[in-house]
This record gives sequence, C-alpha cells and structure tokens, in this order.
Amino acid sequence: MLANFSAEALKLYKRPAAWALLLVALALSQVFNYLVPYAGYLSAENDRMAERILAGMMPENLIASSIAGFPLFAGALTLTLGALLVGSEYGWGTLKTVLIQRPRRLSVYAGQLLALAVAVFAIVLVVFALGALTSYAIAASQSVAVDWPPLVDLAQGFASGWLILMTWCLLGAMLAFVFRGMALPIGLGVVWILGVENLITGVAANLLDFAETLEKGLPGVNAGSLVAALGGSADGTPGVNTVVDGTQATLVLLAYAVVFIMVAAVTLHRRDVT
Amino acid sequence: MDGEDFLLETRCLTKRYGPRIVAVDNLTLTIRRGEVYGFLGPNGAGKTTTLRMLLGLIRPTSGTASVLGRSPGHPESLARVGALIESPAFYPYLSGRDNLRVMARYARVPKSKIEAVLETVDLAQRARDKFSTYSLGMKQRLGVAAALLKDPELLILDEPTNGLDPAGMADMRALIRRLGSGERTVLLSSHQLGEVEQICDRVGVISAGRLISEGTVEELRGGGSLLVTARPLTRARKRAEELLGRKNVEVTDEALRLDTGTEAAGRINRELMNANVEVTELRWVERTLEEVFLQMTDEKGEDDVG
Repeated sequence: MLANFSAEALKLYKRPAAWALLLVALALSQVFNYLVPYAGYLSAENDRMAERILAGMMPENLIASSIAGFPLFAGALTLTLGALLVGSEYGWGTLKTVLIQRPRRLSVYAGQLLALAVAVFAIVLVVFALGALTSYAIAASQSVAVDWPPLVDLAQGFASGWLILMTWCLLGAMLAFVFRGMALPIGLGVVWILGVENLITGVAANLLDFAETLEKGLPGVNAGSLVAALGGSADGTPGVNTVVDGTQATLVLLAYAVVFIMVAAVTLHRRDVT
Repeated sequence: MDGEDFLLETRCLTKRYGPRIVAVDNLTLTIRRGEVYGFLGPNGAGKTTTLRMLLGLIRPTSGTASVLGRSPGHPESLARVGALIESPAFYPYLSGRDNLRVMARYARVPKSKIEAVLETVDLAQRARDKFSTYSLGMKQRLGVAAALLKDPELLILDEPTNGLDPAGMADMRALIRRLGSGERTVLLSSHQLGEVEQICDRVGVISAGRLISEGTVEELRGGGSLLVTARPLTRARKRAEELLGRKNVEVTDEALRLDTGTEAAGRINRELMNANVEVTELRWVERTLEEVFLQMTDEKGEDDVG
C-alpha cells in the first residue's frame, strides 16, 4: 500500500489543480476570517462593535475562526479534491494503466485514501498556520496581549476540522467511483453542500416534522454543529449551527466517512474497468 | 507440447453484456512461451474485451483463463506481464518520465529501469516534456515503455499502431519485432493484416467474439493457387473444372484461380492447349492473409445468418 501511496502522492504533488484548490481554500479563509472582519473593525460604528470584531480575530479564537468555513466552502473544495483525484482516473483512462501494473484494486484505493488524508491534513495545517500568523499580526498591530488556545483544544479543533473536510472529500471520491467521472460528482456534491442542505434546514425543517428529524442526520448540519461545539459562532456564519451536540456530530461524521469509504471500495472492487 | 510451455490459456471464455450482447463467445486459445502471437480480427470482434479479461480489468461471464499460471489480474502474474490496452492513457500534466515514475511505483520496480525503457522506445530526448504535448506516436511509445518497465515475460499490445502515420507504424513494428525476438512472448492484437503477417509467428482469427481459426501465417494462407489467364475463358473454365472439380476453380479478374499445387501446372497447360484454349499466363500465386481473413470472416457471417 505504501508504494501505491507514494505513487498517488507524487501525482497529487505534481498536479496544478490540487495546488489551486489549496490556494483558494487559503485565500477564502483569510478573506472571510480576517480581511473582511478587519475592514469591518476599521469602519465599526462604535467601540463595542469594534471590540467584538477584534476579539473574533485574536489568537485565542484561532480554532473557531480557522474551521468556520469548513462545513461549506472548504468542504466544497475538498469534495472537489476527492472527485478530482478519483474521477480523473476514469476521465483519462489511467485507471486501467494503473491496475495492469500490478496492484490490487483495493490497494490502489487505500493508497488514494491515504494521499487524500495527507492532503486534507496539509490543507487544515496551512489554514491553521496562516490563521495563527494573521491573528498574531493583528494582535501585535493593535497592541493586544497574545493568548493562544490550549494545546489540547487546538488538537481537538484541528482533528475536528480534518474530520469535516475528510468527510466531504470522501463523498467526492465515492461519487467519482459511482459515476466513473469527475464533472457530475463535483456538480452534485457542490449542489448538495451549498443548496440542498440549506433548503432542508431552512425551509423543509420548518414545515415538516420528518424533515426536522432528517436534518439532524445530514452531514453538513453535523459538520456545522461540530464547528459550533468548538466555539464557532452560529449567528450569521453560513453553515454553522447548533442543531446537534459535538459528540453526536463527531459520531455522525465518522459514520458518514465509513459509509463513503465502503461504498467506494465495493464499487471499485466489483465493477469492470472498461 | 506439455502444459508448461503454454504461457497463457483460455477455456470457453465468454463475456456477455446483458442478454443480447455477446462480446466474447466461448473463446479457447493458447499462447506458447517465446512466440509472437497475432490476435487478428475486425473492429468490434472482441479482441480488446478478451485482453481486458486476461488482465483482470473485466470479469468473464463464464469460462476460465490462466496467465503465467495464475488467474487473470493476480498480482503475481501482472508482475510478469506488460500491457498496452487500446490508446495509451497517462496523466497529461506529468512529463513522460514522471508518468513512468508513477507507474514504476505501482509496479514496484526500481526507478533505474525508467531511463532504460525510455532509451528502448527512443523517447529519452522528450522525457521531460508533458505527456499532453506528445504526438500520438510518442504516446504509443510511452505506452510501450510503461509496459516494458517490469521487463515482462509476456507483452500484450492492443492495436499499438492505431492512428500512427506510415513512418510511425514502421518504427513501432520494428520495435515489436525487436521486443519479440528473444525469450519474450508477445500477444499482439490488431486488425491490420499486413502487420500481423510481418510480425507474428502464429495467428488466431477472431470474429464476432469467436475464434474462427488459429495457426501459423503459412497454415492460414493454406499455400497458394495457380493463376491462369486464357482465351476463351469459358472453355478454359469448363476444362479446368473437368480436371480439378468445380470447387477448386474460381474466376477472378478475367483469369482462373485454380486451387492446386505447382506440380499440376504442366499438365493443366497441356490439357488446356489440347482443348483449343490459348494460355497467355500461368503462374503460382500465394494467397495473402487479407484474402484468407476476408474469406473467413465472410463465411463466419454467412454461418451466423444461416
């Protein structure tokens, strides 16, 4: 499996689209976590509002700020990454070239999973690192005492962020196996993340009892609840909510991850490669 | 010949897609160690489907196959098989060399093999360029290079000259001849008769998913025939049919094609002259593989209709 992982890692490392996704994730996290709030801070109507905005950008809020965008935009980007890595093997016909080299199908898939896990880890790491640098710079520029979150909380926040992004990434990979391509999985996945879940939670859950129950099992809702449980603000931050508690959110996301992995594995194992 | 010499065997291999489409129908064939075997058939005959089954990419509906003593797709057999199936498929954003690096990792072969195979297919000069910038001929050669990474005992090439210009075809055929000249066994799938005729030791002809003939090129051609140009043709034909039987006489292009050996040439000439037929040409012609192939596939088509 390690040989397959090293092949997948080389492909991902050399792939411009993977770097583009990382850069977009970084840019969006910086813009919406720091740049826009900082502009709001500079033009705040009163001191109370300014203090509130500044507090949100401080190092002590690093966890909540860093993972605030994970349920929605960063999730959509890692879903794209998963669909890209798997789907392009079908689009370019390279899956057959890979499989006739030697490896077993599930071993190739394990290599892909590991490569995606590492890539998502890197995205979370860079988002946290850049967030730390920016929040430190803002604190220093405002002569505010720098207070970092406890290491345990940081690790928990980091792991939760990775779980959220990995769940979306696995959904993208699974859809790519099921549809044997890239475009449809990305389209469907993004529509689900940005549209369907919002319609269920925002419209259907208010009208129908079963939709309210269904809402508690949706991956995006659970991702948003996990962010809220780690200090994310459910007021006005898109995708962040308090529908379920942090423990349930973690378990539901883990269950989704397992299901996505299993469906993808069975699909790859059973289907002909044409 | 004992079983040890068969590198690849299939028995009643069948692939169906739904109740109506039979892509490969009860295919039984054997490939011997060290030979260059031509898998000949028109487009859509089932060649690629067969090769995909032999490599474990698709599962047969029924029947069995053994590749280097293992089931198709088994890692131990794949470790000794190199293959290029249909068009060469690689990562467009990677260079030729990086594509081989990726494949070498999957195949678990040392990266030192990469430069050697690039030299073999004469691609070392362009190895740094992206795959997306390669011409079709270069892409095919990279496909062969990837197939050679494992220094395979069995090389499976599916239509390797497809889409190449005449010079590219000649280069590729020379390369295949070179690769098949030693101990290595080559299974070459093609619909190009000249290619198979030039390169292969033995040929299996497949049509509509069924193996309709197998043998050496000479065996398939079945020797030759006597071509007789004579006047009047109708009288010449009547006399020839009296001598050889109707089924051994065929009229083609204002001449008679007689299915008989060279030893009969003198007698036939004499008999025709005695019948007041003027013989202007009498020569031995060998049937081309193309003629044999078209005859076989036509007969197969008629059988199916019947």
